[in-house]
Amino acid sequence: MDQTKPRILIAKPGLDGHDRGAKVVARALRDAGMEVIYTGLRQTPEMVVEAALQEDADAIGLSILSGAHMPLVQRIVELLAANQMTDVPLFLGGIIPNEDVPVLKALGVTGIFGPGASMDDIIAFIWDAVGGAPLAGDVA
Amino acid sequence: MNELLEQVRQGQIRAIARLITQVENSPTAAEQAIQALYPHTGQAHVVGVTGSPGAGKSTVVNALVKTLRQQDVRVGIIAVDPTSPFTGGALLGDRVRMRDLSGDPGVYIRSMASRGSLGGLARATASVIKVLDAAGFDYVLVETVGAGQAEVDIANAAHTTIVIEAPGMGDEIQSIKAGILEIADILVVNKADRPGADRTVRSLKMMLHLGPVGGTRQSGRISSLATTSPNGAAWNIPVLETVATEEKGMGALAEMLAQHMAHLRQSGDWLKREKERSWREVEGLLQQRFMAQFQASVPLELRDGLLTAVAERKVDPYTAVHQLLEKTESKRKG
Repeated sequence: MDQTKPRILIAKPGLDGHDRGAKVVARALRDAGMEVIYTGLRQTPEMVVEAALQEDADAIGLSILSGAHMPLVQRIVELLAANQMTDVPLFLGGIIPNEDVPVLKALGVTGIFGPGASMDDIIAFIWDAVGGAPLAGDVA
Repeated sequence: MNELLEQVRQGQIRAIARLITQVENSPTAAEQAIQALYPHTGQAHVVGVTGSPGAGKSTVVNALVKTLRQQDVRVGIIAVDPTSPFTGGALLGDRVRMRDLSGDPGVYIRSMASRGSLGGLARATASVIKVLDAAGFDYVLVETVGAGQAEVDIANAAHTTIVIEAPGMGDEIQSIKAGILEIADILVVNKADRPGADRTVRSLKMMLHLGPVGGTRQSGRISSLATTSPNGAAWNIPVLETVATEEKGMGALAEMLAQHMAHLRQSGDWLKREKERSWREVEGLLQQRFMAQFQASVPLELRDGLLTAVAERKVDPYTAVHQLLEKTESKRKG
């Protein structure tokens, strides 16, 4: 019996130490029936992409509150391209000023969730990004 | 599939990662992959790392692999964490403790969810070990879910099992209970700088002295395969002290792994364990296959009806099994 589950990498790149948001999202995705690979704080872009490659992640979620989202995302997108991983959806949470949103989307970030984003929206976004939620009764 | 397998054999990380996902998700893919890769397996030293939650398994793996990497060996790590029995989801967090290993091209880390298996590993772990073995990793380290007293599957999957204990986890009686301590080839008392570490070491050593000659792992869980080593050499289970966060004691642990491997080869225990492991694996596959055959041959309504009858106390569970088996048999004959 085949059993496919989305594998979502949740990473916290950059130097700020606020990992509560990342943990809350990781926990919620777990409760939604996904397999969440949590990498912890202070990840470099290289570490994030290496982990996504080794773990064969279906999507990558980044939590950034340091204000360094532009260079971090830019570097991660470059590294994903270098590893032929442009098909892996990238989503972002944290403190992202509105004016940066279009630039990040142009870089390839498919979802951006700031403070106050609903967890249901995040979960729905990820199910959509990885090809749909399982049918009822498929969970186990 | 063939191209992917070829890339796996060459050690290409992307291919290895992809194949592991397939093997994890689909028994059919696992069967095809293992049939093709099996001749190329049997090279890696498979090391199990188990112990209770919080004893320091991931931290020991992190520090140990750093030490092993000084010898120019490639290391694959499989880190298993539990799947929620309620939602089917999992939070795989072992990488958090292994950040020192990132950026090292000679190390591959894969997190795995247990997906309903209760023995401390996932159903697909044995196959994933073979994928990494065939990909040319010299060591495959398997970290189990935080284990209590009964999660002993790792002993059937690994050549060498390291059981990690931490100080303050219970008295001497805990150490003579059956279960996880019996599967150790190497015992490690981690957090050895904490108060009470001496006592933990003492009680483990006492436990070993209560057993057969100096403390050997009970081998030959299948009686027909239980033979004494040709040269009668016994392995004395060592009790090592480590402080994994400071990388203390790792040289001794790495050395002990090599010694245990040498012991397995010289004593003939290697083949004995391989036979045991193979039998467990074939047995497990047989059970799965029988179960699948059974489920396919008995109509769902019939099963459901019988289970309702059992729940309503109209039929007892044993009679239900007899009736279900009769259906399977008659189906096979008819």
